Amino acid sequence: MAQRDEPVDGHRTAIVAAWVVTFAIAAIAVVPLLRLATSFDSPGAMSLFEPYILGILRFTLMQATLSAVLSAALAIPVARALAKRQHFPGRELLLKLFAVPLGLPQLIAVLGIISVYGKEGLLNDLLAAAALPLLPAVFGLKGILLAHVFFNFPMAVRFLLARLETVPQENWRLAASLGFRPVDYFRHLEWPNMRLALPGVFSLIFMLCVTSFTIVLTLGGGPQATTLEVAIYQALRFDFDPALAARLAGLQIALCALLLLLLQRFSVSVATPPRLRISVMRPDGDDSHGRLFDALAILLGGLFVAMPIGAVLSDGLGADFGRLLGDQTLWRAAGWSTVIALTAALLATTAAATLAQAIARSDARRASVFRLAGNLVLLIPPLILAAGAFLIVHQNFDPQKSALFAVIIINAMMALPFALPVLEPAFRTSFETHERLAASLGMRGFSRFRLIEWPTLKPSFALAFLATVLISLGEFGVIAFFGSERLITLPLLLYQRIGSYRFNDAAGVALILLLLCLALSLLIERKMLFATRPPA
Amino acid sequence: MTNAVLQIVALTFRYEDMQMCFDLDVERGEFVAVMGPSGAGKSTLLSLIAGFEKPLAGRVVWEGTDISTWRPADRPLSILFQDNNLFAHLDVFTNVALGISPSAKLNDEQRKVVATAIGRVGLTSYAARLPGELSGGERQRAALARILVRRKPLLLLDEPFAALGPALKKEMIELVKELQVELGLTILLVTHDPLDAKVAASHTAFIHRGRILAKRKTEELFKSRDIPALRDYLGET
Repeated sequence: MAQRDEPVDGHRTAIVAAWVVTFAIAAIAVVPLLRLATSFDSPGAMSLFEPYILGILRFTLMQATLSAVLSAALAIPVARALAKRQHFPGRELLLKLFAVPLGLPQLIAVLGIISVYGKEGLLNDLLAAAALPLLPAVFGLKGILLAHVFFNFPMAVRFLLARLETVPQENWRLAASLGFRPVDYFRHLEWPNMRLALPGVFSLIFMLCVTSFTIVLTLGGGPQATTLEVAIYQALRFDFDPALAARLAGLQIALCALLLLLLQRFSVSVATPPRLRISVMRPDGDDSHGRLFDALAILLGGLFVAMPIGAVLSDGLGADFGRLLGDQTLWRAAGWSTVIALTAALLATTAAATLAQAIARSDARRASVFRLAGNLVLLIPPLILAAGAFLIVHQNFDPQKSALFAVIIINAMMALPFALPVLEPAFRTSFETHERLAASLGMRGFSRFRLIEWPTLKPSFALAFLATVLISLGEFGVIAFFGSERLITLPLLLYQRIGSYRFNDAAGVALILLLLCLALSLLIERKMLFATRPPA
Repeated sequence: MTNAVLQIVALTFRYEDMQMCFDLDVERGEFVAVMGPSGAGKSTLLSLIAGFEKPLAGRVVWEGTDISTWRPADRPLSILFQDNNLFAHLDVFTNVALGISPSAKLNDEQRKVVATAIGRVGLTSYAARLPGELSGGERQRAALARILVRRKPLLLLDEPFAALGPALKKEMIELVKELQVELGLTILLVTHDPLDAKVAASHTAFIHRGRILAKRKTEELFKSRDIPALRDYLGET
């Protein structure tokens, strides 16, 4: 639009600032990659597809496929039942519960899953009481799939449910008046609509599981069950084999690029989970047909998500807090967690806001460059950035001093793709509403931001900030690289306590972390209601 | 003893803080416009008759039988909404076929019935198209074809032509009136536009704040001076 380009003056600062951020992001992404690339020795290139690497690649893809298939398949009956049954007690609570795993540190879920499905877990206690054969240990592919489904099945339910809620009310009424049986509802309404959402849901889960690190590291339990990211970590931290790490990283980046291309077609993202409506009138909602099946699907789906969380809560309450709270390490971990999360969130929110402000003032081409900068870390997984940064820090700097900076910067990079989708539509709306008036009054620069953008965008800022705090708080992959006796966070402490079989302490740490994250999630959920949301 | 084919008797419903209570008698073959401001309860009345909402009290009586507890599908009526009368991923033919069987699996004879109905509304060459490929008027025609094959004696129209331009709207009303004669339909048309009532309806009921204040022959109603709320609504003082 011509009008949009005329008052260039007032926007120059915003655009320049966004370019600065873009170049900074590019540098943060490229430098570690270059460092990794220098380790890419020429015989390495030849052995890119040696059996060891091929095996890891195969397992990475296989576990991701199975995780995505299982999560989506289990989500179908549950989403269907939830869409149909609008009025059972606890429905809203259940939908809230299904939003919890998204904000849950992966280590907590791992702990919960071991506590429920492990050799000495809740399920085996029940089986033993009923004199039934016991479940084997939860490690290996089984454990990985359980944890991945725990995280992704509720998300799939929300995506499918949101899709079903887009079916116009008239269609449900029409179906009732045409005398549809449950099978007709499924054939003509439920399935065709869920099918539209499935490719996106499937590829999103696949992508998340391909880049899964924490779960595979803790539950994989051996070289047979290792993904590319875990292999990179082990190559660097245990074998110090930069050449192998570089080859694995190259493969992982290529894989992510391919998957991102795929995902773009479906425009789904974890960063913008679907909003659910409170209630949709379903004339068939009280139908007794299939009531038992629906109740069972909802109950089992709810239990599957609730049990590990409940187990972490109840195990945690049994922890010896007297001893735990007297432990210096816990306080150091809590302190560093706070420092890292707040600093990273501040950085990420500022960078995202700078980009969002410029995107609102740019044509489609320039906007896509800024957007790419904000999402770069999806293409280059944070773990690979961490791997490159790890090499740089250990060979060129004092690791004691520089590790903290690396952790904060990579955490901020990680959070960017979550902050940007919150701020971008908010800035765009604000720009479209106020631009002409502000321009006619000659308002620009920071005073314009302070008087116009900030008051209307405050809720979106709060939301972006909280969401990024939540991500950093639960982050484990990057700290696994850089953590030490001195630099420790709550998730790392949790990992060490699990590793040394101090489960009582682990349960206590997990409870503290879980409560922190739940409180944050609830706050975010409430803020969402006030922030400007993009249309679903 | 009334000879009304449809009787609405003290049909009570509550939506938020609005209490509604409807009484209405409709005789066989009447074309009744239910007219009133938005929020007066027009669409709620149709939803109650169709069985999409459950009344707190009162009866819907068809030919002497109380049908107010019947399932929507068992009631002797078809309904046409303003929008979304078709399933978006099914072609016109299948959408119409659903009026005969919810599984849309038809025998040869039934297929012929569907094809004839589609022809009757002038969409023969559109039978294989998806709703998204049709204009608004064509979509409503397709929905009318389904109503044709359902052969239910009562037709509820929930502002189905409100989004159409004047010429198209007139054309659709003509089509509905022709179908009314061919099938002997009794029709209730919900509208907020007095012109619709004047053009289409033999009788008009005026609905105001959840109550039907009057139902008279259309010309008579528009001439009446005894209902202040109606004068206000029409802007005639």
